[in-house]
This record gives sequence, structure tokens and C-alpha cells, in this order.
Amino acid sequence: MSSAVTGRSRRGAASRRVPYLFLAPAIVLFTLFVVLPIGYAIYLSLRKVKVSGLGLGRNSRKEIFAGLENYREALADPELWSSAGRVLAYGAILLPIMLGLALLFALLLDRPRVGLARFSRLAIFLPYAVPGLIASMLWGFLYLPAVSPFTNVAEWLGLPAPDPLTGNSVIFAIVNIAVWGGVGFNMIVLFTSLRAIPGEIYESALLDGCTQFQLAVRIKIPLLLPSLIMTTVFSLIATLQVFTEPLTVRSLTNSISSTWTPLMKIYSDAFAQNDIYSAAATSVVIAGVTLVISFGFLRLVQRQAFGGEHR
Amino acid sequence: MTTLTSSVPARSDLDPGTPRRREPTRTAWLPTAVLLIGAFYCLLPVAWVVAASTKSGSSLFTTFTFAPGGDLLDNLSDLSTYGDGIYWRWLANSLLYAGVGGAISALVSGLSGYTLAKFRFPGRDAIFNVLLAGVLVPGVTLAIPQYLLLAKVGLTDTYWSVLLPSIISPFGIYLARIYAAAAVPDTVLEAARTDGAGELRIFGRVALPMMLPGLVTVFLFQFVAIWNNFLLPFVMISSDGRFPVTVGLFTLLNQGQTVPALYSVVIIGVLVSILPLIALFLLLQRYWRLDLVSGAVKG
Repeated sequence: MSSAVTGRSRRGAASRRVPYLFLAPAIVLFTLFVVLPIGYAIYLSLRKVKVSGLGLGRNSRKEIFAGLENYREALADPELWSSAGRVLAYGAILLPIMLGLALLFALLLDRPRVGLARFSRLAIFLPYAVPGLIASMLWGFLYLPAVSPFTNVAEWLGLPAPDPLTGNSVIFAIVNIAVWGGVGFNMIVLFTSLRAIPGEIYESALLDGCTQFQLAVRIKIPLLLPSLIMTTVFSLIATLQVFTEPLTVRSLTNSISSTWTPLMKIYSDAFAQNDIYSAAATSVVIAGVTLVISFGFLRLVQRQAFGGEHR
Repeated sequence: MTTLTSSVPARSDLDPGTPRRREPTRTAWLPTAVLLIGAFYCLLPVAWVVAASTKSGSSLFTTFTFAPGGDLLDNLSDLSTYGDGIYWRWLANSLLYAGVGGAISALVSGLSGYTLAKFRFPGRDAIFNVLLAGVLVPGVTLAIPQYLLLAKVGLTDTYWSVLLPSIISPFGIYLARIYAAAAVPDTVLEAARTDGAGELRIFGRVALPMMLPGLVTVFLFQFVAIWNNFLLPFVMISSDGRFPVTVGLFTLLNQGQTVPALYSVVIIGVLVSILPLIALFLLLQRYWRLDLVSGAVKG
């Protein structure tokens, strides 16, 4: 499958350097903008500022080694735990709905005799082209009782007007924005892998009188497993980083605090409280948790999905 | 004798080469309806913003939400005059960040993916795995240490501070590697080497054209990712003249909390910002090689 630049080449020594030269731009950029920031965050997370005297003089603020103190403080902060709890609840609602709908739509698009399939596919994929911030603004306005069409509908039906931006329902308001933005992309990934399955696989099942529903559940979904795992991992990572949507909707309601999600807490620690050390410690914890969860999930499903088929 | 003749057509029925029973051509209504509900849900906010953009600030809150008004042009001119036309500058900035960043990113990803797919060298798997692990690193938690590091070298609040971190894309490298492995035959590379072509020339003249469809996909992914990115420019940029349109609209929305008249400017701004991306998206959809993402690429 892959070729070898073997010793057959006359420019032996020079050509052995070629792959490293070609990779140099990526490696340099990766080091500068991924490895170094991670290292710097870890370094900062172990430091703190020591203020001597009144903290007014030039040398009165000194950065010193703090050990694990920032971590202890970060983990003891109840706000971090409540924001983590909110994100877990958000993910537990979002992932099944978003991926379930994506799978349902992909399977429906793949079955024969569906009308207007191209239109539906494009329409459902369309929100992918809308930035999360813009999506949050659009839905934010739709949630505002004064301009919401849902208010009009509720009035016609004689029901109380819904107000998704108050109290506990705000989490569903945020979930809805993420579902709207994410379902199309996941649907397209799943639909594309369905299209890559050779049609002959279905023939005998159809001849045996298998319905489209049975075909989907018994044959297509098992074959989709690797793609489902990939979309789940990417959605999981995105979920743990939720930031833009609640931050934007916050402009329209009082129900969202400035530390509503862990990332919002990091942002507010770093820029509003000016405590970059505590923000760094929290960042490292979040990055670690994300890695553990995504690797853990991959390990969990690896045996069924990637059994020797990878690369 | 009779059993034999009767079994012949039955067997040919099982033969995959011959057409099966004719498929009924009527539409499956339930799946169609479910998909149309999905489409309706996805188009609803877009339809709303189109309707709302045609209304004046006061009728926004008084008329039925989907009833169009007659103030589209007034709203557009309000948007254009706001802050001496700074909105158009934000849009141009977004285009710059996403266009230039996406193009360089596709090139770097293409070169890296090609090298990882087509060369054998010590450390190849280690390099690939480390780059790939970058996909799992929560990109957004990087933004703050990136900011602090760039602040040390005085690059924050410059175009570079958004462009440079956007170039490296582990996902792009991964896609380019899959595509290079499938689309660039080893024999062609061997032939070029036999002809005495240099490696850089082989990449530029032979491999790059073959990888173009895959690289267009990488470019489109990066373009959308950079255009949609909010946190990175939000953290890095403080001068409103260098905002991309997402950050610009966010600051407008926040001012709208105290100046509700700005809401209609925000709404028309939202509409104008999504139209180019939707147009680009519809125009270029056939260039998206999404089979790459699902891992189902066929050479």
C-alpha cells in the first residue's frame, strides 16, 4: 500500500532527509501552537503569584512555584463541579438526540423511494455553514417571548407562552442550538458511509423478504458502527468544550451565569479575574478529562469496531 | 422433467445479474414526511432571520414574526453606516482569516499527508500518532495558553494571532494522508524518480494535482472551521477593526442589551453574514469529498 524510498536511490543521504523536511512545517507549527501551549499551561498551573507588602511596588509581585496548590483549589471550587455537572447533563441530553436524529435521517435518506431527498439532505446539512455564534443568536431571538413565533402559536392554541430562557429549561434551549448545528454534519458522515456499502450486501436479505426497517436495524447499523464511533468521539469532544452557545444566549437572559460551563469558568478566571494560574490548572484538568473520556470510549468500543481493520 | 423446467426460472430469479421484481415506484410517505420535518426544523431560523431583516426595529416586536416588513433597504443602510461601515470590514476580515488560513492549512496538510502516506522513514508512525492525538486535544482549551504565549512575543491583536494557530490541522493531515494513499499510485512516483525529478518537484507537479479533490475538501473544512471559530479571535483580538464577523456581531449583540434599536442591525448583520457561506456551500457541495470523513474513500 505505501511505498518505500529505498536505498536504490542514488541520492541516498539527501533523500533520507526529504520526509523530515516535508514534515517540518507541520511539526514546527504543531510544536508552537499545540505542544508549547499545553506545556505552558502545565507550567503555569504549577505557579502562583506571591504578593509581598502591599503589592504596589515594582518587585512586590513575584511568580513562584506553587506545586499542586492551584489544582487543589480548582478541584475544591464548587463552581467547577456545578459547571461540570451542567455539561454532563447537557451532553447526556444532546448526544443521544443529535446522533439519534443524524442516524435516523441518514437511514431514511439511504432507503429507496424517498421523495425530495436531495432537498431534505441539503436543508438539514445547511446549519453546518452557520457559525455556532450566529446559530445561538438566531435561536436566541426565537426564544425571546417578544419576537418568538412559538409565542404566537401558543396564543392560537390558548396555551401559556413558552419561555425557554428561564430557570432549568435553559439547558434544553442550549441543547436545541447544538442539535440544530450538529445533526446535519453527522447525518452526512453517516449517509456517506452508508453509500459506500456495496448494494449486493442487501440483495439476499431483500429477497428473503426483509423489510427496509429490518434491513436498517439488522444490517446497516452494524456496518455503520465505525462511523458511529467516530461521530460520537468528535461530538463528545465538542460537547465538553461547549462555550459559544451559552455565552451568546447569556446576552439575552439572566439564567446563565458567567461560569455556566467549565470553559466559561476558565475564560472568566483568566480574563475577568486575571488569575491565569488557576485558569491554567482548570484547563489542564479539563484537557485531561477530555482525553480520558475520549480514549476511554475508544477503548471500550475498540474490540467490536476496529478489530484489525484500522489502517 | 417437469420439475426441471419449473425450477429454471426460479433459479434465474436469484441470479443477481438479472433484474429483480420491479420496484414499486410510489413514494414512501412516512420517511419523506420525517425528512421534511427535519428540513423544516433546520430552515426555520433561517426563514425567521430573512423575515426579521425586512422589519424596522419597532415592528420587530409588534408584528407576527414571519410577516415581512418593508424596511430591508433601510436596515441594510443602517448596517452599512454603523461605525462607518465597520461591518463590511469584519466580513472582509473573516474572509481573510478563513481564506488565507484555509489555503495554507490545506497546503501544509497536503504535504504532510503525502509524506506520511508515501515515504517510509524512522519515526513515521510516532509522528503520525502524535499529530493525530492533536485531534483529541480540546482545541478550545489551547486558546488561552496560545494567547499568553503570543502576548509574550507581542503578536496578540494582530492578524497573525488568528492566522497562525489556524494553519495546523491534525484532522486535515489525517484526511490528506488517507487521500494520498488512495489517489497517488506508487508507480507514478517511481517513474518520476527514475526520470530524475527532485522530490519537491514530484510533489508539486505530480502528487499535488492528483490530490487536488481531497485538498479542496480539506480547504473547505478548514475554511468553515476558521469562519465559525469564535473563541480564538475573541481571545486574541481586541481592536474592533480586526474582528471577524462573529466577534463583531457578538459585541453588537451585547450592546443591544442596553440599546434595543441595535437588534435590527444585529439581525440584518446575521443575515448578511450567513448568506455568503450558504452560497459558497451550495455552489461547492459537489467538491466535498465527504467519503473521506467517513473513512470510505475509494481510490
